[in-house]
Amino acid sequence: MKDKRWIVSGLVVFLLIVLFPFWYNRGRAVPPPEVKLTEKAKAEKECVLARDYMKAEHMQILDLWRETVVREGNRIYTNPKGREFVMSLSNTCLDCHSNKAEFCDKCHNYASVRPYCWDCHIENPKEAR
Amino acid sequence: MNTRYLFAFLVVFVLFLVSWLGAAAGLGWLFGVVIPYAAVVVFVVGFARKVLSWAASPVPFAIPTTAGQGRSFPWIPQAKIDNPASNWGVFLRLLFEVLTFRSLFRNTRMRLKEEKLTYQLEIFLWVGALAFHYAFLTVLLRHTRFFLEPTPWCIQVLETLDSFFRVEILYPGVQFGLPAVYLSGFVLLAAVVYLALRRIVIPSVRYVSLASDYFPLLLIFGIAFSGILMRYVTKVDIRAVKELTLGLVTFRPTVPEGIGAVFYIHLFLVCTLLAYFPYSKLMHLGGVFLSPTRNLRGDTRAYRHVNPWNYPVPVHTYEEYEEEFRDKMVEAGLPVEKPLADAADEAAQEKE
Ligand code: HEM
Repeated sequence: MKDKRWIVSGLVVFLLIVLFPFWYNRGRAVPPPEVKLTEKAKAEKECVLARDYMKAEHMQILDLWRETVVREGNRIYTNPKGREFVMSLSNTCLDCHSNKAEFCDKCHNYASVRPYCWDCHIENPKEAR
Repeated sequence: MNTRYLFAFLVVFVLFLVSWLGAAAGLGWLFGVVIPYAAVVVFVVGFARKVLSWAASPVPFAIPTTAGQGRSFPWIPQAKIDNPASNWGVFLRLLFEVLTFRSLFRNTRMRLKEEKLTYQLEIFLWVGALAFHYAFLTVLLRHTRFFLEPTPWCIQVLETLDSFFRVEILYPGVQFGLPAVYLSGFVLLAAVVYLALRRIVIPSVRYVSLASDYFPLLLIFGIAFSGILMRYVTKVDIRAVKELTLGLVTFRPTVPEGIGAVFYIHLFLVCTLLAYFPYSKLMHLGGVFLSPTRNLRGDTRAYRHVNPWNYPVPVHTYEEYEEEFRDKMVEAGLPVEKPLADAADEAAQEKE
């Protein structure tokens, strides 16, 4: 029947759209990105906070740092282990992680996030404080 | 209190508990691989079977809703979309029905106002439904970033637009706004809360609501709530999540370590929704296209609609009846359409 042809075509189109990720990837392997640590970062062993926290929640501490520095004028952060850090993305974070393209960008691109931090902060700070 | 929404609520709560305990017990493979695959299969097969069963059903009557002036004399303006006479008109009617919910917009409510019956536009249901469906669509499209690598540019544009408003809150103990706030997620949550409350609070609507009306709303509430919780509060390692989801769609399933339990809860609720979909009222996704009131042309006066299920019925028409009994009818003095003489003439002509 005439209608059946339409209905079946519509169904096929719908299922193709729904299953798009399956046939688009065609079973090709998509390995997750490998982030590269610089020698300096490796030597440090641990970041400002524990690794698992940094992996999932680093944006929170950056937000907190910005607030503390910009609104309260306080530049020193003390982590739970009692170690002190200057709260600065450019001068502290990027000091160890000086390889933005091999470190930050790797996961950010993979997860399709475009942090606005880089709107202002340049990736290889030259100025020293 | 009402057993119908309590039941739906209870089911969602049990689903939440099951996935939470499962994640805590380290059943990552079951909740991260086996159940998602099973849910997709049930969804695809169930959806196809349901639509094919509809395709095999006849449309016995032409019942297009005539929501405007039908085609008539050339000097009477026709409502070309509300009472379409062409396939093109039907296409437009369905298109606007699907994109803007026009028949829901026409929803009115009767009220007695100063002893007089009035009809009011019930706009909030329409607004709520539109907000809900478009927010859901946006969230779904944005989620493709977990299943495609690299994320297509159009999805990136959508993400940028959706996070246009920078809502940032920072108090001691409260941090919100990084990662960027996606409006659609919150619109979805607000809309689903409104739609659920509407069914629970308004007595007349509650009266016609079943557990199967509450369940999808509560389930989607659970999905949106767990998603928002995962993005803004108890964060998960997105890199590990994407490793898992890409593993699923490339048929190389892996379960990376250290994905928070919220993710498995979110995913399990989504799987439930997928598997439940083909067997529920949610099939209006496919059904709207197959509604005879919307997809038939309003040309029933110009063309006869024959039920495709009609089988040939043996009939004896009046003409045949008269042919058979004409002499006896004339003899009895009954009126006949063709006098005896004419009938004899015709018979003679046919013989020649
Ligand atoms: C019916 C389908 C789904 C709905 C309605 C839904 C809804 C949501 C919502 C509202 C959020 C909050 C953040 C946002 O607005 O994007 C969210 C986040 C999230 N969802 Fe879903 N979700 C669905 C399916 C899935 C699936 C299938 C997965 C993975 C297998 C998934 C994984 C995630 C993850 C990992 C997040 C956190 C995102 C982040 O932190 O940026 N969701 N979801």
